[in-house]
Amino acid sequence: MSILVNKDTRLVVQGITGREGAFHTKQMIQYGTRVVAGVTPGKGGGWIEGVPVFDTVQEAVNARGANVSIIYVPARFAPDAILEAADAGVALIVCITEGIPVADMVRVQAYLDHKDTRLVGPNCPGVITPGEAKVGIMPGHIHRPGPVGVVSRSGTLTYEVVYALSERGIGQSTAVGIGGDPIIGTTFLDVLEVFEDDPDTDQVVPIGEIGGNDEERAAQFIADRMTKPVTAFVAGRTAPPGKRMGHAGAIIEGGTGTAAEKIAAFEEVGVRVANHPAEIPDLVAALI
Amino acid sequence: MKLHEYQSKRLFARYGVPIPPGDVAGSPEEVRQIASRLGGRAVVKAQVLVGGRGKAGGIRVANDADEAERLAERILGMKIKGLPVDKVLIDQAVDIQQEIYLGIVLDRAARRPVMMASSEGGVEIEEVARTTPDKIAKVLVDPFLGLQDYQARNLAMSIGLARAHHRSFSKIARGLYDAYVSSDASLAEINPLVVTGDGQLLAVDGKMVLDDNALYRHPNLAEMRDLSEEAPAEREARKYGISYVKLDGEIGCMVNGAGLAMATMDIIKLAGGSPANFLDIGGGAKADKVAAALYIILSDPHVNAVLFNIFGGITRCDEVAKGILEALKGVPAGVPMVARLVGTNEVEGRALLAEAKMQTASSLFEAADLAIRAAAGM
Repeated sequence: MSILVNKDTRLVVQGITGREGAFHTKQMIQYGTRVVAGVTPGKGGGWIEGVPVFDTVQEAVNARGANVSIIYVPARFAPDAILEAADAGVALIVCITEGIPVADMVRVQAYLDHKDTRLVGPNCPGVITPGEAKVGIMPGHIHRPGPVGVVSRSGTLTYEVVYALSERGIGQSTAVGIGGDPIIGTTFLDVLEVFEDDPDTDQVVPIGEIGGNDEERAAQFIADRMTKPVTAFVAGRTAPPGKRMGHAGAIIEGGTGTAAEKIAAFEEVGVRVANHPAEIPDLVAALI
Repeated sequence: MKLHEYQSKRLFARYGVPIPPGDVAGSPEEVRQIASRLGGRAVVKAQVLVGGRGKAGGIRVANDADEAERLAERILGMKIKGLPVDKVLIDQAVDIQQEIYLGIVLDRAARRPVMMASSEGGVEIEEVARTTPDKIAKVLVDPFLGLQDYQARNLAMSIGLARAHHRSFSKIARGLYDAYVSSDASLAEINPLVVTGDGQLLAVDGKMVLDDNALYRHPNLAEMRDLSEEAPAEREARKYGISYVKLDGEIGCMVNGAGLAMATMDIIKLAGGSPANFLDIGGGAKADKVAAALYIILSDPHVNAVLFNIFGGITRCDEVAKGILEALKGVPAGVPMVARLVGTNEVEGRALLAEAKMQTASSLFEAADLAIRAAAGM
């Protein structure tokens, strides 16, 4: 089993007629994801990669039973796309788009707080349940099914860790990229909670980075509720304060959000923290 | 993007926040004119985008226009934390009875703006948070409702502000919140907000940081960017859609992905070296982008070796290797280079680079070690 996405996922791609949207639709279908619809306002009635295109998410939900949406639309239209998907009633929205203004996400998130829809992202690589469904832009073939849940704020760093795990014969239940922005719909804590309740996840690997205090709050949850073993990694030990390290959310502000604080928070609650990514498979293997 | 003090204060004033009379100047003569127009004592303040201006001697009080001119001669052209002072702000000096702090930032965990006030004005709020955190009062603001009057009153009460000032404090708090929201700011701060001898509240210093991702809808604010805020290499990188941050070490790094780029810097340190930069080249790694990134890395004279760390996902390692080789044709390297390619078609990618006499590695630790040895001439 797995979390968030699986064989029952019926995916609608918002922004399917764009370059990114069309490319990744093809990749997701090749992986075996059930892509049931696409949406681009004004382009309803067409087809992309054998997928029917609609003008609105509501039409896609009504006609094709879409229950998960993935968003590839440009930053200035992405907040509208998220709200549209939420109002159309999909259970999960994965927003890949990078560069959405923070103030827009504050309003979107405040609205979603009153909805049953879960948002993953924005500025994330998406979610994959190996062998079942890929809802994102990650390279599918480096994953293999197995018992380790992976959750990360990063893209290629996650692929790096997943690749190393798979090379060692250690598969993943689900890998969730929660995104590198200051405001994201689903946090480490949220994902750990779901992994804790997933019978097919035996241990969890959170991959954090500088900025905010999501890792610290996750550590608190691990101390309070988590029974499954956790092996963490935190990137940015050498990052200088006050500088944004690529991701909008990766910044040490006012002296807080350092890697050292996050590592200390994890270690304090008994989480093993890898010194570099290649150590992760060793630490995980020791617990299988 | 950071705004200067004078830019921030002018923006605040547009939203009803009272500021001292003053003007900005680039030459001592202008400073004299402004100071004599203001009359009486004036404060000459260096306009640079770093903290600690006062300690560096960049903020001085003049008793008259002559002294203001003399001080400006010294302050203009001075360097504060490496940044040259091109402009000074001349403000009418204020009779300060009390200094408070008022600011608004994003509370990432609460996912909404938080307004903070403190009775300890004039010191950095981080310092107050460290030493006397109970002296900071906070209210979270609902993005749909905006700041409410009762929230501003609560802040005023919590910091022990005299009741006579509550009304003007609330008006300033509301103005600051409006400035923050209307400008898509990530920080708006008045420090200090002073109570003057005649009972007025005045924003004596101001600071604003804007959300770069929202600048497209604020062309008038985007124009205010001071290019000296960024190092030239960082500016150049932004043009190519590359994220680059200069550090102090000697191993240049070129990586695809921000998280992996940070992990690469960390491992260089762990292996005993020191990273010269953060660089995220983004997806694809086409030859022209690799070449641009390489120029940027090599523009730092401290770089003694370059480490490529590329994870090939949907973009295959052999394509990336071709991009690197293509880019190297146009760049006079001069320093040793080590490449670590992993992921899709890694063997083919490494073979291509090895043919071109480039050192390759399969593990990141090994690559870091090779780069450190190469940098030391071993």
